[in-house]
Amino acid sequence: MIREFGFNDLSYLLTGASWTFGLALVAMVGGGLLGLVVAVLRVVPFKPLNWIAIGYINLIQGTPLLGQLFLFFFGLPLIGLSVDSWTAASLSMSIYASAFFGEIWRGSLQSISQRQWEAGAALGLSYPQRLFNVVLPQAIRISVAPTVGFLVQLVKNTSLTSLIGFIELTRAAQIVSGATFQPLPVYLTAAAMYFVICFSLSQLSQMLERRLHAAR
Amino acid sequence: MPLVELHDIHKRFGPIEVLRGVSLTIEKGEIVAVIGRSGSGKSTMLRCVNGLEKVQSGRIVVDGIEVTAADADLNRLRQRAGMVFQSFNLFPHLTVERNIMLALTLLRKVDKAAARTVAHEMLAKVGLAEKALAYPDELSGGQQQRVAIARGLAMQPTVMLFDEITSALDPELVGEVLRVLESVAKEGMTMMLVTHEMNFAKNVADRVIFMHEGRIHEDGPARETLLEPRTPELRNFLSAVLH
Repeated sequence: MIREFGFNDLSYLLTGASWTFGLALVAMVGGGLLGLVVAVLRVVPFKPLNWIAIGYINLIQGTPLLGQLFLFFFGLPLIGLSVDSWTAASLSMSIYASAFFGEIWRGSLQSISQRQWEAGAALGLSYPQRLFNVVLPQAIRISVAPTVGFLVQLVKNTSLTSLIGFIELTRAAQIVSGATFQPLPVYLTAAAMYFVICFSLSQLSQMLERRLHAAR
Repeated sequence: MPLVELHDIHKRFGPIEVLRGVSLTIEKGEIVAVIGRSGSGKSTMLRCVNGLEKVQSGRIVVDGIEVTAADADLNRLRQRAGMVFQSFNLFPHLTVERNIMLALTLLRKVDKAAARTVAHEMLAKVGLAEKALAYPDELSGGQQQRVAIARGLAMQPTVMLFDEITSALDPELVGEVLRVLESVAKEGMTMMLVTHEMNFAKNVADRVIFMHEGRIHEDGPARETLLEPRTPELRNFLSAVLH
């Protein structure tokens, strides 16, 4: 029985959108924490750690996100760990995000002049004190714009998780479209929802930048 | 016992040997001006004193701490050997007072209120008490450099190292920084300063060291050395910078 695209469908899409948002949030937090570790490993003055971080970044950035999703969803059960699509999606999106965050933040860290490190050293600050009190606060300010830029990509990339059966916005739209045979209004509605999430993020970023600038 | 000792220091950057056997002792309270052409190794020598540069061979002892030891506690040493740089290097994300408070709160475990009091004392000393809440980019170069001096002094170092601290300043701002240096000198601080300000070296320093091609070429009382150079190299250098 074919039905009209109605209120129930809209609310179904909204539920999908909230899963999209939730997944992006998890990837942001998980990927952010892991990314911070990656960025620090990438800049500490100890070559083997730098190499590990570089290898990790290249591996993640050099393979498709879809492949990573499949690896977690279909690969983990092979070693006896059964995962549902939400777990596989959160894990792989977090790892994917961590490589990009790691690189963005490494770039921001390295854009802070060597002289700032030296000024900290000349005062007798230890390496972690120089990093956390002198360099990081300056680097964070620089990293806001590229970080949010990547977050917007991340939100849109969550649509790939529909392929492992995770019902987020894109998958919800497919289902509604299949039930109503009205793909155009359905997908346009879904697109508008993506836009609202991404646009809010960029607005938030601009606000944050102004705020950080005012407070240095 | 001398406060700073350098014994036969050799320092190379790749194939270039910048210091070729520098030996030197500085007593407590001495004010030593280090002069020489660019590339003569004077800044490098200063940076070796607080371990910002590693030496290839030789021994450096500062205030009883062996800087060149493999396990040297450089962070402890640097609390005793303050340094001011040519390019100020204030922390741009912190206010002036917080620039000064940072090391006090992190290393001396002083509470915020006490650190702020010290910061304000130091700022008064360099004549910038009213700028405590300003950010570095709101200050002129001369004012930033005075804050950098205050930041160094706040840690109550036993020796201060000044690396061409007026070279990046507009000419009209040099005077205010030199006046601050002079007042610091009058308080009995041991100072090593790499400088191009010959008049300042002559009037304020006790001793002048002239570096030439990675070695100490002349070393003597400031006035005498600058007014009656013993070697043609120093004579040429002085006539080049004074005219």
